[in-house]
Amino acid sequence: MYRILSKTKLNNNVEEMVIHAPFVARRCEPGQFIILRVDAEGERIPLTIAEYDRDQGTVSIIYQVVGYTTRRLSEKNAGDSIEDFVGPLGLATELHKHARVIGIGGGVGAAPLYPQLKKLSDMGVAVDLILGARSKDLILLEEKFSKFCKNIYITTDDGSYGTKGLVTDKLKELVARGEKYDEVIAIGPLVMMKFVSRLTKELNLKTSVSLNPVMVDGTGMCGGCRVTVGGQTKFVCVDGPDFDGHQVDYDELLRRQGMYKEEEAHSCKIGLRSV
Amino acid sequence: MAPNMSPKKVPIPEQTPEARVKNFNEVALGYTPEQAKEEATRCLQCKARFCVAGCPVNVKIPEFIKKVSEGDFDEAYRVLVSENCLPAICGRVCPQETQCEILCVRGKKGEPVAIGRLERFVADHAMEHMPQEIPEIKKNGIRVAVAGGGPAGLTCAGELARLGYEVTIFEALHALGGVLMYGIPEFRLPKKLVAKEIATVMALGVKIEKNVIIGKSVTVDDLFAEGFQAVFVGCGAGLPAFMKIEGENLNGVYSANEFLTRTNLMKAYDFPNSPTPVKTGKRVAVVGGGNVAMDAARTAKRLGAEEVYIVYRRSEAELPARAEEVHHAKEEGVIFQLLRNPVKVLGKDGWVTGLECVEMELGEPDESGRRRPVVKKGSNFNFPVETVIIAIGGTPNPLIRQTTPGLEVQKWGGIIVDEATMKTSKDGVYAGGDIVTGAATVILAMGAGKKAAHAIHEALQKKNSAVPG
Repeated sequence: MYRILSKTKLNNNVEEMVIHAPFVARRCEPGQFIILRVDAEGERIPLTIAEYDRDQGTVSIIYQVVGYTTRRLSEKNAGDSIEDFVGPLGLATELHKHARVIGIGGGVGAAPLYPQLKKLSDMGVAVDLILGARSKDLILLEEKFSKFCKNIYITTDDGSYGTKGLVTDKLKELVARGEKYDEVIAIGPLVMMKFVSRLTKELNLKTSVSLNPVMVDGTGMCGGCRVTVGGQTKFVCVDGPDFDGHQVDYDELLRRQGMYKEEEAHSCKIGLRSV
Repeated sequence: MAPNMSPKKVPIPEQTPEARVKNFNEVALGYTPEQAKEEATRCLQCKARFCVAGCPVNVKIPEFIKKVSEGDFDEAYRVLVSENCLPAICGRVCPQETQCEILCVRGKKGEPVAIGRLERFVADHAMEHMPQEIPEIKKNGIRVAVAGGGPAGLTCAGELARLGYEVTIFEALHALGGVLMYGIPEFRLPKKLVAKEIATVMALGVKIEKNVIIGKSVTVDDLFAEGFQAVFVGCGAGLPAFMKIEGENLNGVYSANEFLTRTNLMKAYDFPNSPTPVKTGKRVAVVGGGNVAMDAARTAKRLGAEEVYIVYRRSEAELPARAEEVHHAKEEGVIFQLLRNPVKVLGKDGWVTGLECVEMELGEPDESGRRRPVVKKGSNFNFPVETVIIAIGGTPNPLIRQTTPGLEVQKWGGIIVDEATMKTSKDGVYAGGDIVTGAATVILAMGAGKKAAHAIHEALQKKNSAVPG
């Protein structure tokens, strides 16, 4: 069992938990993820590591309450425990000592982006950031990013905060006005990563994305997370989760993400064994 | 007592095919005490004991069978478990027909003694009627780590614990058992029984760290630094192979690992009571001819598929699955498409709609000694299916070799060992099971675990007696 040390509501739909998980904390690196099961009858879901503290043996996860399992997780509070918490899984992000990098975080994608940008900044890289979401209350971690990001640009779909528009509009604008970046790191909804990658390909800007497909074990055993990258099948859990954004077949992945749509709708509708 | 000279095994009661394809309960129901005694008297108690030599863990077969014939089932269990810590499992999934039973003298004229069925009977009897007897163990304080809680790791851990070692098993998943839990279906190996048999190993004082992945959460070198004096690596050949054909990433294509893990370990057959779903179409094609392919096909039947095909590129004679599994699959209505090989998964709107295959014929024998399947030109044909399950084996887990300097591996990723001791190229590291052999059987993995345990014992006794204090 893994104890929940704290739980914080980041907005209406997104929460952060700090979990005591010493085996994960002592070796994890930015970009890696964990798989958890809330209780003994639960399903396994992957979540990216948002922060870690090796001395305390703790790992933070940030999740959006969207489906059956995240709802069950959200019912837990500080002092409670979760059944299983395994990791670190996947490969650590290859962070290069560039001069200047821009991160793009869409919605809850800001969470896995945070440790990557933080580490780049620690390595001496100048880091800019675009945070995008549907509306103001869905913009996450702005304050934490502001501690080390040189410039933060906010975009919202409804214009309730920052510039009205998409993250791609902002990136286009920045590049048009002559800002130079060595790499873009984009993490967010698949559709966002697809369009960022399409744009940066035109702009000839190296782009890294982090994928979060359906998985079961997270150790390469099931192959459910396969994705086509550069024409080859990769397992996101062991070959990723970070990939060259220009090589990913997003349409295939979007389709694969929808494989259990009917079942997900079913378990949500019937409020599956909710307590 | 005069031996029972019936040329046939006492038949084992089974659920009818019609009934069992509608449930996940075990197919074979097991002997009654009377049936067991009757079968046990077929054993001639011959001096040659060929059967024992055929058993990878050298169970004292004639001795335990003698006790069964005498009706002393408790003592039969004690004999059995002195060499095999997982008898209820082995009685069900061992290929006895190619190991112990094939060597039985009774097999020369008629059927061999039903060693597997008797083993199963004795183990089940003990589980129901005998309190667990934990042998007195004198702990020696020496720590040994076992990576992977499957058949190889469990056996190695059990043997070492009996010898007094402080053993910790590190398991990547949330449950011990490896393939026994995620792979082999409930109807062939009930999970409650696996859990009980694992508990008997744990009761020897074996510690368990679940959710820890050697090579990720902790490395082999870390383990030595923490004071473990030997490490046994038994983490399996879990990475599924795919065909590398067009359409394999369509929705509706599964590896057998994923299909079976969802169904067994995550209990998807009980969706929505279990939150993990699995998709099974009306028509399902399983590619491959081994036990895993049979398991997947029979599972698909039970999940409600109307037509289930086994697509295999050689002929019936070359099917690697146990004859019993093929027989059960046929009884349950699985359709065998033999001498067929898939060339493309057909799809529409991203979902599987069919499988395109070619016909094959058998040519000259290849390196494996089996006749090589050759494509018949222009024989392409297709048939409609909604689900395709690829069951063509797997490759060893790469995490340990990637993070353990000094560990030598084969080109295909298997860890290289000295076959007599299961010792690897790295000092203090031993390995066994599928990570050494590639996909094989539960009992071979157990045999390797046992062999490694004794080699570890010998090496550590030498080492620890050489150092004073």
